[in-house]
Amino acid sequence: MRSYKEKTFQAVTYVTSLFTIVLLLGIIYSLFREGLPLFKTVKLSEFLFASAWYPTYAQPEFGAWTLIAGSLIVTLGALIIGIPLGLGSAIFISEIASGKLKEFAKPVIELLAGIPSVVYGLFGMAFLAPLIRQWFNLDTGLNVFSTSVILGVMIVPIIASMSEDALSNVPKSIREAALALGSTRIECIFRAVVPAAKSGIIGSILLGFGRAIGETMVVLMVAGGSAQIPRSIFASVRPMTSTIAAEIGETVMGDLHYQSLFALAILLFLITFVTNLITELVFLKRSFR
Amino acid sequence: MKKIALILCLTLALSMITVSAFAKGNQLTCTGSTTVLPVAQATAEAFMDKHPEVNISVRGGGSGVGVAALQNGTADICNSSRPMKAKEITAAKSKGINPTAYFIANDAISIVVHNNNKVKNLSIAQIKKIYTGVIKNWKELGGANLPIVVVSRDVASGTFEVFNEKALSGAKVSETAQLLASNNAVISAVANTPGAIGYVGLGYVTDNVNVVMVNNLMPSDTTVKNGTYPLARKLYMYTNGKAKGDAASFISFIQSAEGQKIVKEQGFITLN
Repeated sequence: MRSYKEKTFQAVTYVTSLFTIVLLLGIIYSLFREGLPLFKTVKLSEFLFASAWYPTYAQPEFGAWTLIAGSLIVTLGALIIGIPLGLGSAIFISEIASGKLKEFAKPVIELLAGIPSVVYGLFGMAFLAPLIRQWFNLDTGLNVFSTSVILGVMIVPIIASMSEDALSNVPKSIREAALALGSTRIECIFRAVVPAAKSGIIGSILLGFGRAIGETMVVLMVAGGSAQIPRSIFASVRPMTSTIAAEIGETVMGDLHYQSLFALAILLFLITFVTNLITELVFLKRSFR
Repeated sequence: MKKIALILCLTLALSMITVSAFAKGNQLTCTGSTTVLPVAQATAEAFMDKHPEVNISVRGGGSGVGVAALQNGTADICNSSRPMKAKEITAAKSKGINPTAYFIANDAISIVVHNNNKVKNLSIAQIKKIYTGVIKNWKELGGANLPIVVVSRDVASGTFEVFNEKALSGAKVSETAQLLASNNAVISAVANTPGAIGYVGLGYVTDNVNVVMVNNLMPSDTTVKNGTYPLARKLYMYTNGKAKGDAASFISFIQSAEGQKIVKEQGFITLN
């Protein structure tokens, strides 16, 4: 009876994990099947580096460079805001906070991760954007800066929680050795503990990057949606994700515009895939050591 | 004990699936234009009050989404704020779908600006220059010295297509224009931005924004019906073939005097 149960359980888990893999491969396959035919008519170099995105006009143009630049710049901004905040709170929770505060602070930061992105988007559109427009006396509040702030806050829990795990996993002996050699607390943290947790921290940043570049709802609502290379951090941009979300509804299945959106999806997929791969390798390196 | 709980859960889940499958009977799905959405929703509610056996679900997404849904057979009625394009009709016919148009209301695309904007009238030529990036400051139009923030809709929007055809005669919108996803997003952006100009369906205009005249004409019942307002348009519902059964009675309800009263309440313009 017992072995029968065990075997069923094994079979069930085997099937579910197999199902996940099949699903993933299916998604990858359909992405490439729908997106690659674009390059029969549009040159890859034109798609990647031309900057006119007018997919619905009589003479359509599929230059995605503005969209790629839009995605990259808001993600960069998000990292500039998210990394110091995330790392700072990770160091505070792991190294400085005492027992009770520690137990309180970590779940609160992780709670931030549970807020749906559309709520962040609403907050950004209705509250933060008008405020930023007033503060900096701008033409519009829907711009790179507002988007970066929101995305930055969104990735704080990812960076904070994973970096904190990495810091806490640093063996006590390293801290004790550093202190015994006469280093101050700050020196101990930045010269001994943080370097020891380096791979975990880099992994958390890469995951934050993946989250920010893939985020759709926030950029759709807050980035403004101008397909241009931003001339300042207060210009509107149109990242790849919001372009796909906003335009896929218009397309006729299988036409050039439809394929171009799938090509954008392939690009996004490759970017996140590569960062996830790097993250994985960084982690593997740690677990092998 | 655990087994009993598991079996209970399974039967419950199973029964929920079967119940929802059988309850489908008089289900009617409307998908498409966000401009038509408020009309479709309000009339659907009134219609369901009178015919409780019919269940109408109304969804937005944009006219393009509605057309695609009709082509793929996932919607019974496609709401559209523009006539279907020849390309779309051919694509639908090749799938054995024969789109049939029904007028349900008139609408006017209203040009909106921030409440503090002094500009009260724009010609079509001026609007075209603003949207293509030739005019960049309100002072060129007799307003304050303020950069113009051009707000447009993304390309899934029927409002964008009608605007692009009637106001811009097909010219490309300047790349600095913000492309927003819905009528409401346009209203909220314009209301919050002193230099902004945008366009929305008449039903979405609120007190938070100013409507400017186009060629000295306000969008209104009279100017739309006598055909003088340059950005007037018709709102449509499309069905596969001639509407039958519940779809037919729903559409004729919207076209009836009772339905048109709701159209008017929603801020749109009646058929006649």
